[in-house]
Formats: sequence, C-alpha cells, structure tokens
Amino acid sequence: MQSQRKIGAPVLVVEGVSLSFGGVKALQDVSFDVREHEVRAIIGPNGAGKSSMLNVINGVYHPQQGRITFKGETRSDMNSHEAAAMGIARTFQNIALFKGMTVLDNIMTGRNLKMRTNFLQQALWIGPAKREELEHRRKVEEVVDFLEIQHIRKTPVGRLPYGLQKRVELARALAAEPEVLLLDEPMAGMNMEEKQDMCRFILDVNDQYGTTIVLIEHDMGVVMDISDRVVVLDYGRKIADGTPDGVRGDQKVIDAYLGVAH
Amino acid sequence: MLYREAGQFKTSYAADQQIFPILQDRIGVIAVLVLAFVVVPLVADQYWLGAILTPFLIFSLAALGLNILTGYAGQLSLGTAAFMAVGAFMAYNVQLRIPGMPIIGSFILGGLCAAAVGIVFGLPSLRIKGFYLAVATLACQFFVLWALQRFGWFSNYSSSGVITAQKMVILGYELDSPQAKYLLTLFVVAGLALLAKNLVRSETGRAFMAVRDMDVAAGVIGIRLMHTKLLAFAISSFYCGVSGALYAFCYLGTVEPEAFNLDLSFRVLFMIIIGGVGSILGSFLGAGFITLFPIFLSVLSQTISHATGMEISHAIVSNLELIIFGALIIFFLIVEPHGLARLWQIGKEKLRLWPFPH
Amino acid sequence: MEFAFFIEVLAGGLLAGVMYSLVALGFVLIYKASGVFNFAQGAMVFFAALTFVSLVERGWSFWLALVVTLAVMVVLGLAIEKVVLRPLVNQAPITLFMATIGLTFVLEGLSQLVWGSQPHGLELGVPDVPIEWLSQKTNINISQFDLFASAVAGILVAVLAVFFQKTRIGRALRAVADDHQAALAVGIPLKQIWGIVWAVAGFVALVAGLMWGVRNGVQYALTFVALKALPVLILGGFESIAGAIIGGLIIGASEKLAEVYLGPYVGGGIEGWFAYVIALVFLLFRPQGLFGEKIIERV
Repeated sequence: MQSQRKIGAPVLVVEGVSLSFGGVKALQDVSFDVREHEVRAIIGPNGAGKSSMLNVINGVYHPQQGRITFKGETRSDMNSHEAAAMGIARTFQNIALFKGMTVLDNIMTGRNLKMRTNFLQQALWIGPAKREELEHRRKVEEVVDFLEIQHIRKTPVGRLPYGLQKRVELARALAAEPEVLLLDEPMAGMNMEEKQDMCRFILDVNDQYGTTIVLIEHDMGVVMDISDRVVVLDYGRKIADGTPDGVRGDQKVIDAYLGVAH
Repeated sequence: MLYREAGQFKTSYAADQQIFPILQDRIGVIAVLVLAFVVVPLVADQYWLGAILTPFLIFSLAALGLNILTGYAGQLSLGTAAFMAVGAFMAYNVQLRIPGMPIIGSFILGGLCAAAVGIVFGLPSLRIKGFYLAVATLACQFFVLWALQRFGWFSNYSSSGVITAQKMVILGYELDSPQAKYLLTLFVVAGLALLAKNLVRSETGRAFMAVRDMDVAAGVIGIRLMHTKLLAFAISSFYCGVSGALYAFCYLGTVEPEAFNLDLSFRVLFMIIIGGVGSILGSFLGAGFITLFPIFLSVLSQTISHATGMEISHAIVSNLELIIFGALIIFFLIVEPHGLARLWQIGKEKLRLWPFPH
Repeated sequence: MEFAFFIEVLAGGLLAGVMYSLVALGFVLIYKASGVFNFAQGAMVFFAALTFVSLVERGWSFWLALVVTLAVMVVLGLAIEKVVLRPLVNQAPITLFMATIGLTFVLEGLSQLVWGSQPHGLELGVPDVPIEWLSQKTNINISQFDLFASAVAGILVAVLAVFFQKTRIGRALRAVADDHQAALAVGIPLKQIWGIVWAVAGFVALVAGLMWGVRNGVQYALTFVALKALPVLILGGFESIAGAIIGGLIIGASEKLAEVYLGPYVGGGIEGWFAYVIALVFLLFRPQGLFGEKIIERV
C-alpha cells in the first residue's frame, strides 16, 4: 500500500534531543529527520520513549538538550501553542477528546487557531461571527465526510466506542489543516476492520492533502505497509533508522524486541 | 405527538445553528417571553413581582455568571457574592459621582469593575485548579468584603458601609413601582441570557469547555489557556456584577457589604448544582427552585400549623430549610449530577415519543 | 518591653495555630483515606461540641457525655460514609466536594434543630487566663488554656501518627488513600476502612470542638473554623499530619503578627483574610504545600 507522492526535503529535524524526568532518562541524544509528504514511523518496545519524542516535537515536554528545526526555524524547545500555530497537529495515546462536548464541537475546536472574531462579536452573533462560524462548519463537515462519521456528529463524545473516539480525535487534528500530523498509536485497541479503515484514512490524508505523517505504532504489519521510513527507539536511544525492510532485518532491532540484554 | 420533530429538516448549516431548531421549542419560548414581558406585569401583584419574580431573575443572572465560569469553563469559584458586591457598590458610586449617567450605564460600569476584579482574582487559575482554586476565590470573597467595609469611599462614608440605591430614571420615567423594576430586570436579564446562549455555542464557548474537560489537550491544539481562563473570569464576573447592581437597585434598595457574604456565594453555587452545571436553562431552573423553595416551605409549615393547631417556629422552618437544601444537593449529585436541566431534557425526550411508549 | 510583647503575640499566634491544626487534622484524615475533601468538617466540629455541651447542661456527667458524644460522632461518621460517599464513589473529586458542602448544610440544620440555636459556654477545668509565674517573671502573658490545648493536640497527633505508621489498619488506610482499586485488589475491605476513617475524623472533630468551644463558646460561628483550616491545609499539604500541625503554626503565627504589626497601617481587621493571602502566595509557588506530594500530569 505504498502511495506515490513526491517526498520532499526534510521539514522536521530533531537533533541530539535528551529528556529526563527526575532521574528517569526518557530520551538520550536522539536525532532523526522527517521529510515532507512522507509517512515516518517511530517504533520500539514499550517504554522506549516514543510518546515522549512526540511530546517534545509538539512542545508538551521541554528537552534538557537538543534542538528541533521545523520549516527552517530552529529552537531548543517548542511551545505547544506555537507548534500548533506552525502547523503541527496530533492525536494522543489515551484519547484527549473533550468528553463534555459533541463530536461536531470537538472537531470544531480544531479550527480555533483559524478563528478571528472575538467573544463580543460571537455573543452578539453579528455578521462576521455568524459568517465565520458557518464557514468553519463547512470545513469541518468536509472532514466529517472524509472520515465517514456523519451519523454521530451530534453524539456526546463520551458515549462513543473506543474506535470511533479515535477517529474523532483524528478528525479534530485534521480540522486544523496541519502540515505535520503526529499520531500516537492510532490503531491501539482496534480490531482488524477498524485498523484497515484507519490505515485507509491515514494514507488518504497523506495522499490527498500531502500531510507529512509521523506515527507511533506497534502493529508491525501496519508499519511495514504504510510507512516510507522508520525510526527505532529503545530505552530512549535511537538504534536504527531507514526503510521498513532495512530496519526489519537489523539485528539490533530484533534484539531489542526479543529482549536480549544489552 | 405534539412534540414530533419529524418533517423538520435542516437544509443549511445556518438553520442547524439556531438556538431553538425545533419549531415547538420556538413556539414555547415565544410564549414564555410573551408571558414574562406582557402578561405578568399586568396581572401579577406587588408581592409576587417584588419578592419572588424580581429576585428570581436577579439570581438567575448570578447563576448564569457562575455557570459560565464553573459550569462551562470548569473553574470552581466560591467568590460569586464578592463580584456581585463589586457590581452593586460600583454602580452606586458611578451613579453618585458621575452626573447624568444613565442607570443602564451605571450597571454596565459596575459590571465592568466586577470583571476587572474577576480578572485579578482569576490570575491564580493559571497555576492552580479544582478546590485549590476554590480557596483562592475564597480569598477574594473575604478580601473584597473587608475592603468595601474598610474604605469608606465605597459607601460614601456612611456608617457600617451601608448604601442606599438611588432612584432610577430612564428617559424621564421614574422606575419605582414593582412592575417597573421587574420589567427593567427582565429586560437586562433576558438580553444578557441571549448573549450568554450565543457565547456558549460559539468558539469561545467551545474553548471554555475544552479547558474544562482537558486543559492540557486544549493547550496542545492551540487554545490559549491564560486568555481563555481570564476571559471566563471576566465575563462571569461581569454577569455577577450586573446581577449585584440589580440586587441593590431593583430589589433590596439598601445594601451593606455583609449582604454579599459567603452564604450568598454558596446559594448561587447550589443554584447551579441543582439547576444543572453547564446549562443556561439550568441557571434559571436552579435559581427558581432556590428562590421559591423557602416560600413553599413556609407556606407549608403555616398550613400545617393551621391544620394541626401546632406552632411551628420560624427557627424550625429555617433549620429544616438548611437540612432539605443540603439533602437535595446530595440527592442531585447522586441521582442526577446534571441537575434539573437534564431532567428537563429527559422529559423532552419522553415528550417526543408521547403518547407512544417507545 | 518590645521583645516581650513580640513573644507574647508570637506565642499567642502559635497557640491559635494549634487550634487550627486540630481542625485541619480532621480534613487530613479523611483526605488521606478517601481522597475526599470534607468541607463538612467544620459542621462536624460544631455538631460534636453542641451535642456534648447540651448533654452536660442537661446534667450528664462530663465523662458520660463525652463517651456518648463520641459514640454519636462515630455513628454519624458511618452514616455519612454509607449514605453520601458510597453512592458517589466513582465521581470526580469536585462532585464529592460539593456533596460535602451539602452535608455541611444538613449538619448545621440538624444541630440546631435538635439542640436549639442559643450559644453555650463550655468549661473544661482549665481557665483561659495567663500563666501566673510567667507573667510575673517575664511580663509575657500566655494563656493556660492555650498550653493545655497544645498538649492535647500534641497527644492526639502522636496517637494518630503511631496509628497510621505502626498498625495494620493504619497501613490499610494509607493504601486506600493512594489507590482505591489497588487496595481492593489486595483484599482491603474498603467500606470498613472508610467507616473507620470517618469515625476517627468524628473523634478528632469532637476534640477540636471541645477546645474551640471553650475558646469561643459553642455557637453557630464555630462552623466557620473549617474555613480557617483551609489555608492551613494548603500550606501543609492535604495529606500530611505533620503538615497540618506545621501549617497551623505558621498560619496562626503569621496571622497574629500581621494583625498586630501590619494591621495598623491598613486599618485593622486583616485577620479575616491574611491567612488566605499567604495560602494564595504559597499556591502560586508550591501548589502541593510543604509536605504534600507533587502531582505530575501526563498526557
């Protein structure tokens, strides 16, 4: 299931990033790059630091060392608001949806950076506010159609089954029209059918919108199938980096997964 | 049968965005508005207007304010009465010191002062949450009352900080009858309720709810937490401030800082718990309940007194009131945490099917 | 002269702080064991004091009244756990907090319904007068009663500390406080534990009620001591007995010192809110308090 778009120059570069919490070293001197329009997978055994890596990229955690370069701008740490404004969107391992709101409202929050009217205009529901709301509603409905969740738009998110919640979270990320999409285990807890649907959506996003995708995934079949390049982390360090086939055959990677002492 | 939505299709997003998309709802709301604006002033007596309906509206506004902050934005506040006090006293001072200021202007300025105080005491919310934040708002509650009593300027140097609200004149008409005060209050409350309804369905409302539900995630998708939280405090305090001003001008007439004590903050909190946290309608239902319930109890006790010949003292009634309030809070939290508003929604769902069972 | 006065104010403040700690202890107990912030602790203090004093006034002997009141508090605690907390066991902490606010009202109304609402004086045999020899020797006035209250608090804390650290039940309580599910998984009888905790909290409330009752008289205003305990808890951390004591001492001392030395500049009366301001400042820099546990939010 390889897609055929042109993979461009590196749009996101991670250099020498180290992160620790108290005494725990989550990441140690990790460096890799992500090219525009590609699908990059980050894999590794549990506790390898994969989620922490995503959190560093979009500014939720601040690394003690290292730099991130995104779209040419280099920083020693990202601020999550800036990351969102610059075009990075993400989903979370444990679903970070707003449980008190409906599906539609949740996805609409993804548009918040694009909304310009202030609260006064919105309270009075005058021209600009009304127009803006309806315009963004249109955009959101496009995403809803794309991910085939029309039938649940008015359902409170807390009532949905896990698989659908994950899809709604993806919708919210897509609503922001991001350039880079960070997906943290988007297929976790899904059955075969749901995984196939999700793969299809991810590839469609990459295909139709050219969005660069960085995803963490445990299912090797999925990783091999849809990614262009793979980074392998173990105990916070990078142990391999290359094409899926290249990485699959790497002895270090096999050892890491089989738990060989090192 | 009456409440069927079948056949009411929305063909545009604009139609879907209406406040009352269902025709029967619209008719119902218009009926209530006609009742409130036209029928009631004509038929209701002094007592009902002055002692029940006007305070009901005033408290609904305060509950609305607290609901915006606590129900929608998730910032627990126990300082509601303090914001009301600021609104009341500042409206009084504006009216006193700025000649020719229209009364609505005084209300608005009183509200804006309350909003400013709200922003200052909302600053801790940027670092703390939950009941720690509640403690910070308690600090506000105590401090504001102390300041209003301590600095004579607020009460124009009267003894014990008492202020007497000035007469209200709009376009040459003096508003001193219960009908006039009721209508002014109704006008203000209805207007602000409409604005609130629009606000909570807009991006600002969504930002509030996002911060309430999971603020870390909200920050990650680009919502500015500081801006959102402080805005919630500001708007909420504005509403409470205006409510306080109405409390002084259209209801009590004479107020002192003590009238805005912690007890009042708790009352308003109870209104939103019972009425429904995070619901505009709930603010009204809760306020109505808490305003009417003591009256209901005292009427009940009087009836029982007359029927059985036993004297039920006022103290007993007021203690019973405390007990029943407390028990109701607990009851609602256990059985229906979303309060009367949710019960109303459930009722409407049942009404959709009526007279069919399913 | 200056220095003696300072010592007097400081000592007075510290001892007042001990009184706050007594109330804060009740909060800590319940929070430690069930994660619930029991706003009704103040009402429990009031209820306990009122029950005791009313029994004594009806001619019951001191010890009999004490034992009966204790029994009543224990029963009350068990009832609260069963009727209010158990149905709400999986709800958000905020919901439980609001339920305890409702509980406060119920207890206040109940207390006055049953026992009436006139204020009562309370005597425990230790007069609230300065210690003679100290006043004469150093010109420093420290109340005998304050010292007595501190001694009582000290004993109470020691007993509780031993209880929590050394006994099996104490360990179970700490386990439950940490993680309900895990405690259940290792077979700790949750409901019993909660019942015990609330009963102990009731006992602590009784002690606090007696001390405060002597100091301020047993009247409705007693319920407001709970509000004074909040800044103490913030300073000391919600889960620490040591924190409740030290927090109480700090708050008590700062309050009195501020009133005496800063008060004149702003017209007095700052005792009402100064403690909260200290708590607020603390919250901004160290939200978990001196001894509380830092919570790291992970996404």
